[in-house]
Amino acid sequence: MEVSIKINGFEQSHNVEPRMLLVQFIREIAGLTGTNIGCDTSSCGACTVHLNGESVKSCTVLAAQVDGMEIDTIEGLADTDGSLHPVQQAFHECHALQCGYCTPGMVMASVSLIEENSSLSEQDVREGLEGNLCRCTGYHNIVKAVLEASEASS
Amino acid sequence: MIPAKFDFIQADTVNAALEALKEHGDEAKLIAGGHSLLPLMKFRLANPAFIVDINRLDDLKYVRDSGDHLSIGALTRHCEIEKNEMVTLNAGVLAQATHSVGDPQVRHRGTIGGAIAHGDPASDIPSALLALQATVVACGPEGEREISIDDFFTGFLETDLREDEMLTEVRVPKLPDAKWSFQKFNRRAQDWAIVGASIVCGEGYAGVGLVNMHSVPFRSEAVESALLGGASAEEAADLAADGTEAPTDLNASRDYREHLSRVLVRRGLQEAGR
Repeated sequence: MEVSIKINGFEQSHNVEPRMLLVQFIREIAGLTGTNIGCDTSSCGACTVHLNGESVKSCTVLAAQVDGMEIDTIEGLADTDGSLHPVQQAFHECHALQCGYCTPGMVMASVSLIEENSSLSEQDVREGLEGNLCRCTGYHNIVKAVLEASEASS
Repeated sequence: MIPAKFDFIQADTVNAALEALKEHGDEAKLIAGGHSLLPLMKFRLANPAFIVDINRLDDLKYVRDSGDHLSIGALTRHCEIEKNEMVTLNAGVLAQATHSVGDPQVRHRGTIGGAIAHGDPASDIPSALLALQATVVACGPEGEREISIDDFFTGFLETDLREDEMLTEVRVPKLPDAKWSFQKFNRRAQDWAIVGASIVCGEGYAGVGLVNMHSVPFRSEAVESALLGGASAEEAADLAADGTEAPTDLNASRDYREHLSRVLVRRGLQEAGR
C-alpha cells in the first residue's frame, strides 16, 4: 500500500507492506537512522519520535496508521545552521550520555515532556522519562539536563 | 520483530468499521492505540488476517458531562483522560489509574476503549471502572447496547463484545464527593501491576476493583459489603483475596498476590478515609 509521511518537514512516499512498523519506515525508507530500535516491544523508548508533536514509540505504530501525518525525529531537532536544540545542548553540557544508544529517544521524549509541562520537578522528570531506559548513566545527568532545559525554556 | 502478514483497512466512520467486522468476522481485529495488540502480533500470539484502524474516528474522542455521569468516547487517549478536569473532579480514581498506565509515550497512543476491550486482568483501568460501576456502550449492526462493567469481562482476554460489535463509549458515574485511592505494586517503573487496587468510598457507597488477582479484572464484593456493613479498613481488607484466583508467574506466587491484595486494599481504604 502507498504510504506518505512527512518526516522532519519532507514528504516521504513509498509502497510498503501494511505490517511495516513506523520505525522501519523511518530507518529503511527515509534513511534516518538516528531513531534506534532497542527492545522492539515498547518498553525501552529508544525509538521515540514525535507524531503530530507528541512522543510515541515508533516500534509500536504501523507506518500505515500515520499515512498523511507528520513525524519528527532526532535529525529534525537542530537548526539548519547546525545549532543544537536546547535539550540537545543541555544533554551535551551535562554529559547526559555515555554510549548514546538511548539518547535520541531520551531527547525526543524530553522535548515532548517539556512542551507539555510548563514547570518540571526532579520527580516529574524521573516519572516523565520512565518509558526510556538507559543502561549507562544511572539517569542522574539525564535528569539534570532535562531540568536545565526545562528551566531555560520557562 | 515483524507481525505476520495482514490486510489493512482504514475505517473513516463507525459504520465502516462495523461493516469490516461484519464482512471478516473473527479474522478481523480493530486497532486503536495498538499497544496491546501490536506486541501480541509481533510475538505471533495474534495473527489477524485483517487490521481495521479506527484511530481516525475523531467523533469517538471526547469527555462529556452527561448529568449524573461522564461520557467518554472509546478513542479518547489516556493522556487526555488523566489530565481532564471533569475526570479528576468526578472520577479521580480513573484519572489516577489512567496516569499509572505505561509511560507518557504509551499514554499518547493508548485509548480507554482499547484498554478495556482487550480484557486484560493485569490492566489498571478496568479496576477503576469496576470500582466506579461504569457502563460500557457497544455498537453493532442492530444498534447500541449498554453493558454493565460487571458483565463485560467474561474470561482471560475475553469480553462480552460480539464479533460484529465495537465499543464506542464508557459511561462513568460522577462521584465528586467520594474519596478514592489507586494502589499499584510493581518492581520497576512502567511495569504492569503485580497487584493493583482501585478504591472508592462515598456516602453509602463502596467500590473495590482489583488488578491481576483473577482471570478477569475483579470486583471485590466481599470487601465492598464489609465496608457497607461498617467494617474497619483492616477488617474489610482482610477479605480482599476472597473469591479471587490469582495467577502465579515469575513475578509473584498466588499466595504473595493474595497477601499484596490485602495490604494494598488496606492502604487504599486508609487513604480513602476509612
